[in-house]
Amino acid sequence: MLELQILIDGFAISALYALGAVGFTLMFGVSGVLNLAHGATMVVAAVTAWVVAGQYAVNPWMAAVAGTGAGVVTAFATYFLIVRPIQRSRSVPAAEKEIFVLTGTLLWGIMIQEAVAYFYTDNPKTVRPLLAGVMQIGGVRTPINELLIAVICWSVIGLLWLLVNRSKAGKVLLAASINPRALTLLGFELSRVYLMVWLIYGVLAGVAGVLLATFLGASSAQASQLTASAFSIVVLGGLGSVSGSLLAAYIVGYLETMTAYLISPTYRTIPALVLLVLVIYVRPRGLLGRR
Amino acid sequence: MPDRSTVVRQFRTALMASAGLTYLLTGPAGAQGKEPIKIGIISEESAITGAGISKGAQLAVDAINAAGGVDGRKFEIVQYDDHSSAADAVRAFQRAVSQDKVVAVIGVYISEIALALEPWAARSHTPFITTGAASNEISKHVHDDYDKNKYTFHEYLASGFIADSVCDAIKENLLPQYSIKTAVVFSEDAAWSTPLDTEYMACLPKIGVKVLDHLRFSADTGDFTPLYNKIEAQKPDVIVTGISHVGVQPTVQWAQQQVPIPMIGYSGQATSGTFWNDTNGAAAGVVTYSLAAEGAELTPKTRPFVFDYIKRFAGAPVVTAFTTHDALNVLADAIRRAGSTDADKLVTALEKTDYMGTVGRVQFYGRDSEFTHAMKYGRDYVPGIMLQWQNGKQVMLWPKAGSQIKSSFPPFTHLQRK
Repeated sequence: MLELQILIDGFAISALYALGAVGFTLMFGVSGVLNLAHGATMVVAAVTAWVVAGQYAVNPWMAAVAGTGAGVVTAFATYFLIVRPIQRSRSVPAAEKEIFVLTGTLLWGIMIQEAVAYFYTDNPKTVRPLLAGVMQIGGVRTPINELLIAVICWSVIGLLWLLVNRSKAGKVLLAASINPRALTLLGFELSRVYLMVWLIYGVLAGVAGVLLATFLGASSAQASQLTASAFSIVVLGGLGSVSGSLLAAYIVGYLETMTAYLISPTYRTIPALVLLVLVIYVRPRGLLGRR
Repeated sequence: MPDRSTVVRQFRTALMASAGLTYLLTGPAGAQGKEPIKIGIISEESAITGAGISKGAQLAVDAINAAGGVDGRKFEIVQYDDHSSAADAVRAFQRAVSQDKVVAVIGVYISEIALALEPWAARSHTPFITTGAASNEISKHVHDDYDKNKYTFHEYLASGFIADSVCDAIKENLLPQYSIKTAVVFSEDAAWSTPLDTEYMACLPKIGVKVLDHLRFSADTGDFTPLYNKIEAQKPDVIVTGISHVGVQPTVQWAQQQVPIPMIGYSGQATSGTFWNDTNGAAAGVVTYSLAAEGAELTPKTRPFVFDYIKRFAGAPVVTAFTTHDALNVLADAIRRAGSTDADKLVTALEKTDYMGTVGRVQFYGRDSEFTHAMKYGRDYVPGIMLQWQNGKQVMLWPKAGSQIKSSFPPFTHLQRK
């Protein structure tokens, strides 16, 4: 019974982790940007869904769409206000641009976090579940919403796989991650590729933020924790490797769930962090990393 | 072109007119010329409970000033945001005392922070009234070393009293209606909840409720499912809560997962009028202790305060707004009686406080009590209330429920009626 409970709970949480981390790793793989405003983007999506659902009394699905839209807007704002000016700046030496982007997005994330806290307090916000009610799975009472979250996460990840592997736009994305210079020589606008990757990233982070709000709740105070969690999953899986991130999300999700059930929820994150340190020692490129 | 004497005449008229206007704008020199009395308010603005502190203070100060101030001196708030950090709060306290020259500091709803400020109140000889922290330790420090710590006052009920109050409410309101024989105590790990839990463990058995387990969890817990699982396996009749740093998440997960055991006890966030919206209605059926609430008519001052607060801030007040509002008035009253803002005279005057506030009759325990300078608890003083969220409203169940009011728990909970 407890095993089944761990299996079900861990699956839903890991799916959510996977969705959050996939956008983060895709962004790094294609454009070399580590977006430390990731958690803040998820929180903006979550809080927007909460505001729209509460103030305009719309159904949870519409609120979820609004939240995802807010995720996209935040992603584009991050790109146009922070990342692109740094990438194009002549006063920042090329070798230091990555660290400038890292610092820029970190500060931007803090600004978003503080703004959300100022306007909507740092109390966690929750959005009404997309499907209410519970069902029994082998005697384990499971909220239907929890199963729906896993289904949505995997559907979105599946769509992303189709997009990357089966569409022309996706192949361009893939090419940009392997050899951006060759892509420009073939006549592709890199700036358009970047716009596309920020759009995809915004949708992924937005959906992850909204689903988090329907499941565990999200608050501005969690922004840095969400970034850290995506960052550790991505490092564990291998920077830039989407399949590595999916694998790492499930390892982290199940390690945390098992710790919470079998030891104590207080120590939930510790074993996963120990594993991360070990992987950095033994296999610095991560589980499935290429470099 | 006007001649010189015309210009001088016009200038004189203008001068007199502006002098008159200045007089009219600033009022009689006797009332306005005096230095304002500065009060430091420390809270975290981005937390609901913290924002309640500064809003309650603002409303009180506006009313005090509109009535002419204290001995002809206006109250002036100097506000500091501690971001719920003890280090920030200490810096704010130091600045309030040394730079902004405040007469007293009011606020803080986290016990760890109130306990960090207590030694600074002692060192700087500055009266400090906490209006939201609950730990018994705050007043115990005053009792144990009075001469040093006498500057701290605790205008919120100490955790031990909150636990007693919860037990009284269960005994008088719920036990006659429901079969409640067992409970699991479920509290966040924080300074305020340690004495709360100790008292729960002592008072619940006294009212005939056996405590099956005592779970303390980290305040940064995000997923409560494993904890609810553990509780459910023990089949208690009720979950007795001691939560404040968390509130929305455990409540929403409790409702979403349809945990069949009602939650009663103290849920700090559920005392806020916004809790229903914050949880999207998952709060339905949650029973929490509070000092005051929108619908409660504890004293003749409760309703008018709630009315003014909603009019001004477009939302119902959280419990700290009531206590902070009262604390400002208690301080004003003490300054009037002391005839001075001297710290030691103020402490003596504050000790003799007898003020009818929005939460009840405010008096502080004396040196002989182990709760020195804590607000007196009881039917004749501040009794507190037990309220339940029903249909988007906080409904008062105890001590004086209206004849039409009945407790009601969500259909997924299994509490046997007698």
